[in-house]
Parts: sequence; C-alpha cells; structure tokens
Amino acid sequence: MKRILLSLGLIATLLFAFACERKGGPGAGGQTGQIVVGYYGDLSGRTSNFGQSTKNGVEMAADEINKAGGIDGRQIKILSEDDEGRPEKAATVVTKLIDQDRVIALLGEVASGNTLAAAPKAQSAKVPMISPSSTNPAVTQVGDYISRVCFIDPFQGDVMAKFAANTLKAKKAAIMLDFNSPYSRGLTEFFEASFKKLGGEIVNKQSYTQGDRDYKGQLTAIRSKNPDVIYVPGYYGEVGVIAKQAKQLDIKAPLLGGDGWDSTELWELGGDALNGDYISNHYSVDDPSPAIQRFVADYKARYGRVPDALAALGYDAMKVLGDAIKRAGTTEEPQLKDAIAATRNFPGVTGTISLDKDRNAVKPAVVLKLQDKKYIYVETIYPEGMTPPAGAPAAPASPATSTAPPAATPAASPAKAASPAPSPAKAASPLKKASATP
Amino acid sequence: MDTFVQQLINGLTIGAIYALIALGYTMVYGILRLINFAHGDIYMVGAFVGYFLAFQLGFAAGPSLLGLTVVLIGSMIAAALVGMAIERFAYRPIRKYARMTTLITAIGVSLLIENLFVAKLGAAPRAFPQLLQEQSYTLFGNAAISKSQILIFAVSVALMLLLQWVIFKTKVGTAMRAVSFNLNSAKLMGINTDFIISFTFALGSALAAAAGVLTAQYNPQIDPLMGIITGLKAFVAAVLGGIGNIPGAVLGGLLIGIAETFVVGYGQNVGIPTTFRDAVAFAILILVLLFRPTGLLGSTVQEKV
Repeated sequence: MKRILLSLGLIATLLFAFACERKGGPGAGGQTGQIVVGYYGDLSGRTSNFGQSTKNGVEMAADEINKAGGIDGRQIKILSEDDEGRPEKAATVVTKLIDQDRVIALLGEVASGNTLAAAPKAQSAKVPMISPSSTNPAVTQVGDYISRVCFIDPFQGDVMAKFAANTLKAKKAAIMLDFNSPYSRGLTEFFEASFKKLGGEIVNKQSYTQGDRDYKGQLTAIRSKNPDVIYVPGYYGEVGVIAKQAKQLDIKAPLLGGDGWDSTELWELGGDALNGDYISNHYSVDDPSPAIQRFVADYKARYGRVPDALAALGYDAMKVLGDAIKRAGTTEEPQLKDAIAATRNFPGVTGTISLDKDRNAVKPAVVLKLQDKKYIYVETIYPEGMTPPAGAPAAPASPATSTAPPAATPAASPAKAASPAPSPAKAASPLKKASATP
Repeated sequence: MDTFVQQLINGLTIGAIYALIALGYTMVYGILRLINFAHGDIYMVGAFVGYFLAFQLGFAAGPSLLGLTVVLIGSMIAAALVGMAIERFAYRPIRKYARMTTLITAIGVSLLIENLFVAKLGAAPRAFPQLLQEQSYTLFGNAAISKSQILIFAVSVALMLLLQWVIFKTKVGTAMRAVSFNLNSAKLMGINTDFIISFTFALGSALAAAAGVLTAQYNPQIDPLMGIITGLKAFVAAVLGGIGNIPGAVLGGLLIGIAETFVVGYGQNVGIPTTFRDAVAFAILILVLLFRPTGLLGSTVQEKV
C-alpha cells in the first residue's frame, strides 16, 4: 500500500512539473521579459567547426545587442543545442527548443540537409527560423516561417560558372561532388547549367561520399579528360584531402569550390596543395569597409581567431532577427515572421541584406583565391538587378584601376541570377588578358 | 594506358591497407573462430595514437624519417597493448560460452571504442601531420606514384614478410598454428594457449595500427568513425580470400582495393555510378558466400556433425 502511494505521489509530482514546464517556459512571448532565442548546430560532429563558428557569431551579436540596452529594454538569451551534424538529431533538438524551452525564434543550421530536417518542425509550430548559411533553395520553400540571410545555390553555382568561363577563360570543366549532400548536389546542378550556357563543356563528373578514404580513383578519371578547371562543391574535411591527392596526381587545373571550403581546418588537411584554387564566399576578411574591419577585430579579440564566413553569417542572422523584433515591437506571431520577411537593405557584415519574396537574401558573392593559408579577394559578383555601390568592391591587392563596376544587366531568366561585374581586382586574377576592363 | 596503370596503382594502395587489416581478422578467426568486429576500430586507434605521438614528441613540425619511424612503431606498440587488453577483459571471460556471445561482445566493444573517442575527442575530422616529405614520381608516361604510396607498399610488404617469418619460423608461430589447428589439443601438449591468443591479438592489432598511420600519410583526415567502413571492407577481404588463411587475406585485400577503384574509374562507362564503390565490396561478399563460402584460398574442412 505504502509503495503504491509512493509511486502515485511520484507520478503526480512529475505530472505537475511537466505541466509547469509546458505552461510557463522561460521564453513566453509577448512584449515584456527576456527574449529567448534558440540556436542549433553541429557542435561535436564532422562539421563542428561550422556549428561552433556560427554559434560564436550568434552569441557575439546577442551580447552586442544586450550591451546596447537590449531590444526595447528586453535582453536576449541564446539557448544552444548540439545536433551532431545529423538531420534526425536536428529535428529532435529543434522540437525540444520549441516545446520545452519555448524559444521565440530559431537560428540555424549551416548544412542544408540538417536545416531541411528541422524546418518543418518550426513551420508547424509557427516559430520563425532564420538559417544563417544553408544555401539549398528547398530550405525556405518549407514555409513562410523559414528565411535565411545568405544567398542560395543557384546564385553561388552561377557565380563560379561565370568566374570560370569569363575570368579564367575555362572551356572544359570537370565536377567532383559529394553525392549524399543536398548542398553539393545543388551547387553542381546550377554550376553545370550555367557553365554550359556560357559555352563551356562538362567533360567528366565524379562523386564521393563523406568519409571516403581515397579520391585518386575519381581524380585519375578526371585527369584523363584534361579539364581546365575542376569544380569541387564539397565541405572542407574532404576537399582538403582531394586537393592534396590531386596534386599528387600532378593535376595542374585549379579546383573551384563554394563556401563549404571556408574553415581553418582546410589548410591543415590540404596545405600548399590548395594554392591557386578559388572559392565563392559570403564575405572577405580583407574587405576594408569599416563595419567589416570592426567585426573582424572584435571577433578576434573575443575568440582569438579570424572569423570565417559562417561566423559572419551567424552574426548577421542574429542582428537581422534583433532588427525584426524591434520593428515588430513584439515577439508574437505572425507579426515577428512578417517583420523578418520585410527585412530590406539591412547593413550586415556579409553585405546589404534584403529578403526577396521567397525569404532568401539577395546579395553579392565574393570570389577568393587560396594562397599560402590565406583567402585573397579576387572579385565581387552581384546578383542580377542589384547595382553595386559606387567605389565598392574594393580590391586591397590592386587599388590602382578603381572605377565603379558597371551596373548589372537587367532581369532575364531566373536561372541566370548573377551577372559578372568586371571589378578593379582584375589584376589579381590569374589571366592577365581576362575579359572586359572597359 | 597510363590511366589504367594509374588506377591499378591507386587500387593496390588501398588494397594494401585492406590487406594489413584483413590479416588481423583472419588470424583471430583462425585461432578463436571469432570475428573481432572491434578490429576496424583498432585501426582508428592506431591512427589517433600516431596523431598524438607526433604532436607530443614534436614530430608534427616537419617531415622527418625518424619521426615517421617512431610514430609508426609507437602506435603499433600502443595498439598491440589495446588489442591485448580487449582480449583479456572482453573476450577471455566469456570464451567458454557460445560463440554468438563473443560475437555480440565484439560488436559492443567496437561501439564502445568508437563512442568513447567521439565523446572525448569529438567527431570532427582532424588533420594528421605530414611526416613524410610528399613527392610524386612519374612512370609509364603520365601515371604518378607518390612517396606515401611507395611507403604503403614498402611497409606493408615488409610487415607481411615479417608475419610470415613469425608464423612459420619461430616457436611462438608454431604454437599459433597448433592452437589454430585445435585449441584443446594444443593445451594438452603444454602450450600456454592464453598467451598465444593474447600474442595473436597483439600481432593483428599492431598491423592494423600500421595501416592506420600509413593511410593517415596518404589521406591526412582522421576521425573516430574512420574504422567502420574500412574495417568492414577488410573483413570482406578476409572472407574473400578465405577467412583463417593468411595469404588469402592479402589477396582478398588487394582484390577489393582494385575492384573498388575500377568501379570508380571505369564504372561510369558501363553505367555503374561512382558511389557504388562501397556497395561493390559487399556485393562481392554476397557472391563469395553464395558460390565459394570458403573463399578463394580457403580449404574445405569437413564439419563434424
């Protein structure tokens, strides 16, 4: 009898605790009290550098907002969850953040595959989610509560295709993609379409999967076709080794990549083999604009390392969210998600952020050259319809010929999202005679 | 032609790695009739011991032959100790029970090692320091062979010859063969079977650790889960060659390596996507089990009923 009573008592206590949690979580919305924002990312898995950098950026932005008095006097609190880089875990931790911690908004993830797994949870719970850096187009198609502060794969793939065809004058390209990654497949698709449209030819296409030990089989097949460039839209862990093994096979063609390459670990894996390769990215730490330089200096002071693009995007995502809460004047839905979607011309570290009707950021991409453990700025490529600000982009390597790049050509088809902006940085590009310097 | 030669070199390189690991599977099976599923993780442990040795002893700064030798031998010794510890604490206490018990224990040990490393070190890939000055040599027109590949061939051949010598020319080797022939009779003949079993685990683990350090020179990306797929493929190699048969393990390893590389290199021409490289090893496993369960070099032993 005693035992039954005891267990009944225990159950009652548990039920009570649970009920309390459900009712009044820490982040209960409204106009007052602390603003609880959830961050989820890979903090211990294969891409944990990405998750950690983004988290650093998010926390730094939140601290800056809090130090400046918060938003209408309300302080921001970031709750972080580790999804180990696994889609199923991402969905679980996001559910936890929503149901248990009652966050008013979510920031994350980096890898598109993980964001895609978590986004439906946020959408059905009507909690806005801003992805700092998932570039696969499908991410924001999940629903109107999902948005992002980075450009999308069609643009990024297009940028590299244009750079390869116009600046590097490449005719033949080979592709080596990470078969299981939506990110890599997305970039491949759009690079391929755009490069073909520009008169190029894809001579060979190979794939690998994360964690492969050997890439020489694929690289040998690619070598036999003699491509001018090899597009490797993967993540840093594999790309570093691919670059190394390509050099061992005496492949001279430069490798081209995307923002997935951007990590200090890349250099430890690839070393000098990466010299002469190019990537498209969200921003350049060499950009002399005072806003960027202040961000870089603050980040270095706080974390002791140079912020990669993911840190900058995490920072921007938090700042965009803060701005939206301020404009909405509340953390209630649907006002907040509408305010996020209405973000226009927000001055971010990674460029001016305007969300289009699909809640994707429309902003330029930079092309960086890899040389001796540094990312050297080469040129900025603007999306169609966006006029580059006068004087920008600045090229630290060659200030001499600085004139404002010509305005981008007006709208054509949606696939053709970028237009080349022959920039003053031409001198830094490898082929001296490269296209139009008007 | 040079593409073919190049693919052959690539295939033999990973084949040699599989062969080194497969030797451990096959030796343990030969003696205990146990598939030691933790063996792939010993390969990972070897790579990580090498990684920490290189940093602790200051060899990570630059390539040196001394550093490579010390790291290689050091990680082989450490892995041998780990292998012996696993045998002593996980397998020996349950050796008297049904074989299935040991098999499941082996899977448990494998999961334990993997998750211990993930918990302590994180799953993010790490960069193994360069201990060998990398350089490529060209042969047959355009086929290139790198120093790390030559190292893999040289060290694995040397280790295989050494193993052959240990098994056929030494007293302990004779005892190993006796134990693999019949454990109980060997015990009756006064052979310390516990020691021999322990020694076999040490030998196999050392070879796996060597494979770990060698691959890390070839592909510097190491992570706590790197042993899963590689270990499974080495197991397939051991079965292909005839499990329990030492030359068979080497042959199986090389064949799996070449098959895998050719799928990547030429599969597209006949409509097999590159990503089927891992599937090929297991397709081979199924075919072997269907048509020649004893493997290529395995002998048919009459099961007593």
